[in-house]
Amino acid sequence: MPPKLTSSMLYLDDVNVSFDGFKAINGLSLILEPGEMRAIIGPNGAGKTTMMDIITGKTKPDIGEVYFNGNIDVTKHDESAIATMGIGRKFQKPTVFENHTVEDNLLLAMSGTQTIKSMLFGSRSKNEQENIDQILATTRLTARRNDQAASLSHGQKQWLEIGMLLAQDPKLLLVDEPVAGMTDAETDETARLLREIARNHAVIVVEHDMDFVRNLDVKVTCLHEGSVLAEGSLDVVSNDQRVIDVYLGR
Amino acid sequence: MKTKPFFIPLAGLGVGTRIFMGIIIVAAVLVPLLNMTVAADHVLHIPDYMVALLGKFLCFAMLAVSLNLVWGYCGILSLGHGAFFALGGYVMGMYLMRQIGTRGVYGNPVLPDFMVFLNYSELPWFWLGFDQFWFMALMVILVPGTLAFVFGWLAFRSRVSGVYLSIITQAMTYALLLAFFRNDMGFGGNNGLTDFKDILGFNIQSRETRATLFALSALFLALFLFMTAFITASRFGKLLVATRDGEDRTRFLGYRPERVKLFVWTLSAVMAGIAGALYVPQVGIINPGEFAPANSIEIVIWTAVGGRGTIIGPVIGAFFVNGGKSLFTGWFPEFWLFVLGALFVFTTLYLPNGIVGTFSEHWHRWRAKPAETLPDAAPQAAE
Repeated sequence: MPPKLTSSMLYLDDVNVSFDGFKAINGLSLILEPGEMRAIIGPNGAGKTTMMDIITGKTKPDIGEVYFNGNIDVTKHDESAIATMGIGRKFQKPTVFENHTVEDNLLLAMSGTQTIKSMLFGSRSKNEQENIDQILATTRLTARRNDQAASLSHGQKQWLEIGMLLAQDPKLLLVDEPVAGMTDAETDETARLLREIARNHAVIVVEHDMDFVRNLDVKVTCLHEGSVLAEGSLDVVSNDQRVIDVYLGR
Repeated sequence: MKTKPFFIPLAGLGVGTRIFMGIIIVAAVLVPLLNMTVAADHVLHIPDYMVALLGKFLCFAMLAVSLNLVWGYCGILSLGHGAFFALGGYVMGMYLMRQIGTRGVYGNPVLPDFMVFLNYSELPWFWLGFDQFWFMALMVILVPGTLAFVFGWLAFRSRVSGVYLSIITQAMTYALLLAFFRNDMGFGGNNGLTDFKDILGFNIQSRETRATLFALSALFLALFLFMTAFITASRFGKLLVATRDGEDRTRFLGYRPERVKLFVWTLSAVMAGIAGALYVPQVGIINPGEFAPANSIEIVIWTAVGGRGTIIGPVIGAFFVNGGKSLFTGWFPEFWLFVLGALFVFTTLYLPNGIVGTFSEHWHRWRAKPAETLPDAAPQAAE
């Protein structure tokens, strides 16, 4: 293990990515402390999803440094490796395994480090079962555990995704637009769920819904054209003249 | 991690699968028995040609089961599975050729007839060892397995999937077809390998040998069905389906789908090779025609018609389509291909889940409640 270069959970410094000449990320720097929950806002095309892609290894930055957990150079690893090192990601569109039951989805999410042999011949340990039960309770899906994921409502699928993230037991969770398309009640429930998760995980939430972000009550970073425009509490950020301009000026 | 006893997944098998495996095992004993012990004019007598025909179908069923493992459960549509079948067949053919010895037309104790005819002075290196049964048995596994491993390693690592993968599997079997047609490949050119005499010292034409081969084919088919059931019931089986439905998603859970695919792909090729090795002594010939792309496409049709992604579907499909083929080519040989094509179109449009898939859907709907409680009982038993 190389020595820790930084005490932060996630460290991005001067990251640049361009696609066919379009600068999706332009000198982005961001620091997330261990155990911190951060909300990322920004208009469409601000680079929020590309930033997630970089942190999870889907996209490699052209230049810039990305360190996870102090000493892991994310740019040198692929998606599977990064996932097993402790970064979990929830996609914008729910991507649960529809043909599997809710419980099997969680089981698959927690087995990512297993070998083929142990997956073929091993059985479910007591520990795993307890973990699954706990996640089902946290995400309030206990009653649906034996149902096919395809039969869940949109909101429940999103919670199952978040549950799958928890099952991976990551150090850092990336959550992309968790409340898009949700009812108000579901949105409140999701905020509760994320606050609960943030008690023992570092979390980055990308979201457009301002009421939801206010409900999370955490530090907010506003991205614009691939770099940080403003950072601070939601009130500070939302009263920043430049933020108002990029949101309302168009 | 505790390991569960090997027999437990049987409890997780569906009732249909268990009954079906029972039927196959009973047939393994009963068909040869009715062939050999019942008088020829008795109603229950099974004539020799029927034993040979059913034995052939059993091998086709094994082949369909092997394709189903990769296509039905992991979404890899192979249009070249006939190649692994043919390779297994050639390996068996090479052993059988070397058993002929001095009984060939030219009476050469070492060289098969076609080599004498082509003026070979000695046996090519890749024919060495094939006079030994154990070596042949090992090669039945290693030859298709190695080809599949190398092919799969290159293809899955480069993330080739979907129709692109299907096309290169088709190209693979076509390339092998062309290669095996060449006389200087050393596999008998377009005549292939034939005129077999013995297997393990037993006359390959005798009733007893044929009965044994039939029984072995049935038992291997039952074993393959059990393997499919075991794999798909395991956590790995859930991962297979997850890879089929959302390969990229599995990466973000930390899996390496290319390894998952490589494992089943290689296993499936070995299964296809074993099917080929059991097929050749029963039909008495192996030639490059077995590599024909159309053969591989037929396997896909059997599997689709029977029901991909179901355990017994491919067996039903293989028997149904090949049975139809036998009847039709007897009555109206020129129409068979049209019937086959129409069957495939009909299945795709109206029975996307095949015969078994559609049947089990209706079955589950019909007895909605009891059917839903059944699968739940199994995991509890497995704890």
